[in-house]
Amino acid sequence: MGATAVLALPMSLWAQLTQYDLNARLGAESHVGNTTGHAKDAALPYRRFCVGCHGPLGDGNGENAPYMQPPMYQQPRDFQLGVFKCRSTPTGTLPTDQDLYDAITRGFDRSNMPQWNTLSKQERADLVAWVKHFSPRWANEKPGTPIVIPPEPEVTPERIKAGRDVFARVQCWKCHGVQGMANGPSASTLTDDLGRPIAAFNFTDGSRPKCGDTDKDIYRIFMTGLDGTPMPSFADNIKPEEAWDLVFYLRTFMQQKSKEKVLAKQLGLKPVDPNAPAPTQ
Amino acid sequence: MSTLTRFRPGRLSFSTSFLTAALVLVFLVLSASQPASALPAFARKYGLRCSACHESWPMLNYFGQKFKDNGYQLMNDRDAPIWQNPGYWPVTFRITPIWHRVSAGKVEVDTYADGNPTGSTIQRVTSSGFDLSGLDFHTAGTLEKNISFYLLPSSDSTGAFHFEQVFVRLDNIFHSPWFNIKLGRFELDNLLSEKRILTLTGNGGIYQTYHFIPVGDGNIFGQIGDNQLGLEYMGHSVDDRTRISAAIVSSSDGNVNLSTGANSYTGFFTGSQAFDAGRMGVQRVGFYAMVGEAATYYLTQGGVPLGGSGVANKGFSREGFVGQFYFGPHVDLTVVTQHGSDNPWFGQGYGNAILTDGNGGTTATCSSPTPTCPLNNVPGTALPAGAQSPTWNGYTFEGHYVYSPQLIFIGRYEVEKMSQQANGAACTACTGGLGGGQSASNLGNITSYTVGFRYNPFMTSRAGLAWHNEYNWLHQDGTGPAIGLPYANINTSEVLLGLDFDF
Repeated sequence: MGATAVLALPMSLWAQLTQYDLNARLGAESHVGNTTGHAKDAALPYRRFCVGCHGPLGDGNGENAPYMQPPMYQQPRDFQLGVFKCRSTPTGTLPTDQDLYDAITRGFDRSNMPQWNTLSKQERADLVAWVKHFSPRWANEKPGTPIVIPPEPEVTPERIKAGRDVFARVQCWKCHGVQGMANGPSASTLTDDLGRPIAAFNFTDGSRPKCGDTDKDIYRIFMTGLDGTPMPSFADNIKPEEAWDLVFYLRTFMQQKSKEKVLAKQLGLKPVDPNAPAPTQ
Repeated sequence: MSTLTRFRPGRLSFSTSFLTAALVLVFLVLSASQPASALPAFARKYGLRCSACHESWPMLNYFGQKFKDNGYQLMNDRDAPIWQNPGYWPVTFRITPIWHRVSAGKVEVDTYADGNPTGSTIQRVTSSGFDLSGLDFHTAGTLEKNISFYLLPSSDSTGAFHFEQVFVRLDNIFHSPWFNIKLGRFELDNLLSEKRILTLTGNGGIYQTYHFIPVGDGNIFGQIGDNQLGLEYMGHSVDDRTRISAAIVSSSDGNVNLSTGANSYTGFFTGSQAFDAGRMGVQRVGFYAMVGEAATYYLTQGGVPLGGSGVANKGFSREGFVGQFYFGPHVDLTVVTQHGSDNPWFGQGYGNAILTDGNGGTTATCSSPTPTCPLNNVPGTALPAGAQSPTWNGYTFEGHYVYSPQLIFIGRYEVEKMSQQANGAACTACTGGLGGGQSASNLGNITSYTVGFRYNPFMTSRAGLAWHNEYNWLHQDGTGPAIGLPYANINTSEVLLGLDFDF
């Protein structure tokens, strides 16, 4: 997994990071649309909005971090690692500036990271640059190239059934459960790359996926993986057209009204049988 | 915080003939309790520092405004109390030990010779000393996801409590941020919130524009800075850039027990839109309008007006524009305008015959002859010839320099100018203004300056402490004592230093 590779970076790069080191990186920039963010301009908003959780050095050790205990709450992100869950880029690569901007704007459901969409676009772009200045990865690597997402096809009963086959084949149920209730046989054993307990996503409780709740977002989540977590990238296991089938099937678990739910009900679709032989590709 | 009941200038011994003017000043002072709404209880719940929601505690920034508009929720699916440690109880208290110096000009005082009274004179009265603010107990949060509450028992510095704010709010009805309903006693939806004001002196701790009442006017019900009893609809866009609200409140200035009109209501309407202005920040412009009516005739028993019996409603209105402008991350300016108008009956001193104080009690026993007491429009009363609607215009400019989340400098300039006095040119026996004939065009005009800074030595998500320093100067035209100085002006100033803390 890419995140593991990242963790293999020389520890000395970030373990002893000091304010002095960070000051040397204040020239970091971000580019979001036609807005250029500057790290040096984000010192005040970071101190105002972010430092309580992410800490002065961006290592996720803010004053409130000890009170955010997984799996109820996730610990604040350690920006020094340069590992991010929500990306449009392949696993193991750095996210784009737009990815970080979207994360700040969207926030993360079921965490203490709120939506910062009240901030101006410039402030958010500056904060993206500030986040980047914490990790040496940006000095040495370029962000990955965003994955290509083909146009969303029409939802059909056949595609939903095909999605269920994908769900069974790549064994999503092992963590997410056969009905998407986060109660699969592996769910209780999950830990993130830092060894902290982590919960699988429960599709049925009405909450939103952390990295966005559009069909495209869900497609992107399992095709890029959530780096730093047990959720891998399935880009090598699922073809693009199959990925849309899986999106449609996952929609049938969710509380929100959808065409997929209606079709699944008409089909009388049963959950996957974990004891049945996995469907072949 | 109910600061003004303690920070008000020393009691002035005005002459009887100017008691009406004094009442106006007293209303300005007494009616403006200031519960701050900075809640470490919220910070503890969500692990966010005070500065995340507050430009400087207790004034909200845009994120804090959105948090409030969402019903004190981050909308992170962890807002319901079921997600909190069972021992968590959302309580915050706030109190401020202070030292202040109050100087009131042109106070009429008795003179003596050989121990015997010889008359009176006018002089400046200055007093200083250590003091306390009132005490606020804020409890607020969610009862369940999308059901919020607020309960604020508040005392003055003597420990006399009242319910400053109490409401339940249904949030995001139909899963839409455009449908939120609040019922109870609450602050009107003012973008520049007096309940989150950064200043604490008697005259600087309120917005004069929110409380201005013409001299002699009996309408206390149009004070948009006071918490009101009613029902409010509020809606906003997901990013809070667009906000609208409409409230219907009892025309009682927030007094409980149906103490005033029998059937009088006031509407308060707001709308605003914010714009992203690049490096300048997010700018917001909006409007507000208060349109209502209140009683002028109270049934009497033995000549004493009966609470809750008010009829003969007359109209009043307050409307204006609000702009919140940011000039980068450190400098901002808020502008509030107001055009106010009262029915001529109010202008002649009819209205608050009960003498309610805004907290459910009464201000005083009114025993003096009219016009020093609010008048009662009993059947057969005729409006004096020449009486007209008092109208005025007010402006508030408040700027901040935010050096850091821990240090803010504050400057405010307010001006309230009468554009039409209640006593017109044809008045010979009017009861408005100072009584009698036509009022001077500038009677009651107010100019006020406030400067100060607040320094928070630490900034965490657990508690708040601000070293507060402030100076206020207020000038009012024509309401001073008349001894040899008709239409004398009053200048009042106050210096205040304190440690404003909450936990």
